[in-house]
Amino acid sequence: MHNLTLAELARKLRAKEFSVTELTKALLARIEAAQPKLNAFITVMAESALAQSARAEAALKDGSAGPLTGLPLAHKDIFCTSGVRTSCGSRMLDNFVSPYDATVVEKLNASGMVTLGKTNMDEFAMGSSNETSWYGPVKNPWDLKLVPGGSSGGSAAAVAARVAPIATATDTGGSIRQPASLCGVTGIKPTYGRVSRFGMIAFASSLDQGGLIAQSAEDCAMVLGAMSGFDPRDSTSVDTPVPNYVAELDKPLAGLKIGLIKEFFDKGLDAAVEKCIREALREYEKLGARLVEVKLPALPLSVPTYYVVAPAECSSNLARFDGVRYGYRCQEPKDLMDLYKRSRGEGFGAEVKRRIMTGTYVLSAGYYDAYYLKAQRVRQLINQDFKRAFGEVDVLMGPTAPDVAFGLGAKASDPIQMYLNDIYTIGANLAGVPAMSIPCGFVRDLPVGLQICGPHFGEGKLLNVAHAFQQVTDWHRRIPAAFDREVLS
Amino acid sequence: MSLNRDQINSIAHLARLSLTDAEVPVYQDSLSKIVDLVGQLDAAETAGIEPMAHPLPGLAQRLRPDVVTEKDQHELYQRNAPQTEAALYLVPKVIE
Repeated sequence: MHNLTLAELARKLRAKEFSVTELTKALLARIEAAQPKLNAFITVMAESALAQSARAEAALKDGSAGPLTGLPLAHKDIFCTSGVRTSCGSRMLDNFVSPYDATVVEKLNASGMVTLGKTNMDEFAMGSSNETSWYGPVKNPWDLKLVPGGSSGGSAAAVAARVAPIATATDTGGSIRQPASLCGVTGIKPTYGRVSRFGMIAFASSLDQGGLIAQSAEDCAMVLGAMSGFDPRDSTSVDTPVPNYVAELDKPLAGLKIGLIKEFFDKGLDAAVEKCIREALREYEKLGARLVEVKLPALPLSVPTYYVVAPAECSSNLARFDGVRYGYRCQEPKDLMDLYKRSRGEGFGAEVKRRIMTGTYVLSAGYYDAYYLKAQRVRQLINQDFKRAFGEVDVLMGPTAPDVAFGLGAKASDPIQMYLNDIYTIGANLAGVPAMSIPCGFVRDLPVGLQICGPHFGEGKLLNVAHAFQQVTDWHRRIPAAFDREVLS
Repeated sequence: MSLNRDQINSIAHLARLSLTDAEVPVYQDSLSKIVDLVGQLDAAETAGIEPMAHPLPGLAQRLRPDVVTEKDQHELYQRNAPQTEAALYLVPKVIE
C-alpha cells in the first residue's frame, strides 16, 4: 500500500481492503525503518495515531465518517500540537509542549485524519536545505548525500519516500515548493490569508502561509479544502468561502493562457533543467493551452527585497523568545540582561541569529528608510508586475528552482548562495499569490519541479492545471528505488 | 559595504543575543555580504510608489466584541516556563 496516493487509500479503506489501523501501523513501521536514513521526523506520534485510527474505524462503521476519515498525514513541526512537543526545529523549543492545537491541526483532526508525527524542518523555517535544524539535516530520498531542500524538507522527504502519503508544510519564501521540487513531489502554497496562521509558529508574518506537500494535485485538493477557511484567531485570515477544490480538478484546459516568466529563464537556470521545463510546457500545449512570454521586470529584485522584509519581520517575531515564559533558558544567569542574551544566543542556531541580526540592522534608527521602506516600495513594484501579468494570462509558469538537489554541506558556509536557491519562489510570497511545484521530469537522475502561479484565491485553477498534467504524465508516481517496496529494512 | 566588529556587537546587543568571540567575524562577513545584496534595491526607481506592508491591500483590521472569551489557563501555560512561583514567572533580581 506504500505506493498509493491519498485518493487511492481513501477508496481502498472504504472498500475494506485494509483497515485504518493496518494502514497506520504499516506507515509507522516505514517511518521507523526510514528514520536512520532520512531523519525526516522530529517526533513520531505512534500512540495517539493508533487511538485516532480506532476512532476513525468506529466512524467508518457507524456512518459518521467524512471523506478524509482514517487518512494518515504528518505535520511540519511548526504547527502546534496539543500535548506534543512542537520544536520548530530549534533548541529554543526542544522542551516546548504545546498547550493548544494550531487551527490547521484542529481542523484536520476534526476531519478524522490520523496524525503520524511531526516532520523535521530548518530551524524556525529559515533555510533552503534543512541543514539548519537542531535535530540534524534531512536527507534526500533520491540520493542520501543530497539535501531535500527546505525549510519543509522533512515533509517533502517523508512524502517522496512514501512513509507518509501527505504532509502539512509552510512557505515564506519557497519552503513548500523548493523542497517539493528537489524531492519530486507536489506542493502547494495557497494565497496569503487562505489558511489560518494561528498556532503556526511565526517567521515573517506578511509572507508565511501554510499548505501541503503530497503525491498529487488531487491529494492536495482533497485536504486543502479541509484546512482552509476563515479563522477569527488569525487577524489576516480572509473571510471568503472555500471552493470545492476536488470538483474543479477535471475541467478541460483548452484555451488556457499560460504566461512564461521571461525573468525565470535567465543565466542562473541550469540548461538541462530548462530543457526539462520546456518539455513539460509542450505537454501543456498538447492539452490545448497557449503559451505566451510575459515580463515581470521587478522580479529579479525579489531576493534583495525578501532579505530585508523577512529578516525585519523575523527579528520582531522572534523577540518573544526571552527565556522567561517558555523555551530554552541558559544556566545561572547573573542578571536579566544576561538571561535574555545567553538564552537567545545559546537557544538559536547560526542562521536564525543571522536573520535576527539582519532584521535588527535594517530596522535600526537611521537605516529604516533606506532599507525597510525601500524594500516595501520594491515589493509593491513586484506585486504590480504579478497583477499586470494576471490581467493577460490565467497562470504563470517557470522552474521552481534553478537546479536539482545539491550536496549536503555544499552551500552551508555561504548564505548568499543558499538564499539564491529561492530566486524563483520568493516573488509569489511577496505578492501573496498561490503557487505550486509539480514533478515534471528528471535531470542527472534527480527530480525537477515545474512552478505554477495563479492570481489571488486561484488555488482551484492551479490544482486543475496541475491535475491535468498529472493525468497525462507519471513523473509524480516515480518513487526512489530504495524506498519503493512494501517493507523497508 | 563592510560592517565592523563594533557594529556587529551593537546589533547583537540590540537583538539581545550573546555572541562568542569566534562568532563575531563570521557575522561580520555574512552580514556585510547581505547588506551588499540588499544594496541592489538602490537601483530600483520607486518615486511615488506606495510601500506595501501586506499582500492583501484594503483588508481592514477586524475588531471583535469586547467580551471575555478565554478562560484562565495559566497553570497549563506555565508548565512550559523555566521557573515559576505562586503563578508568577521568576527572573533574576531586577531591582536592588
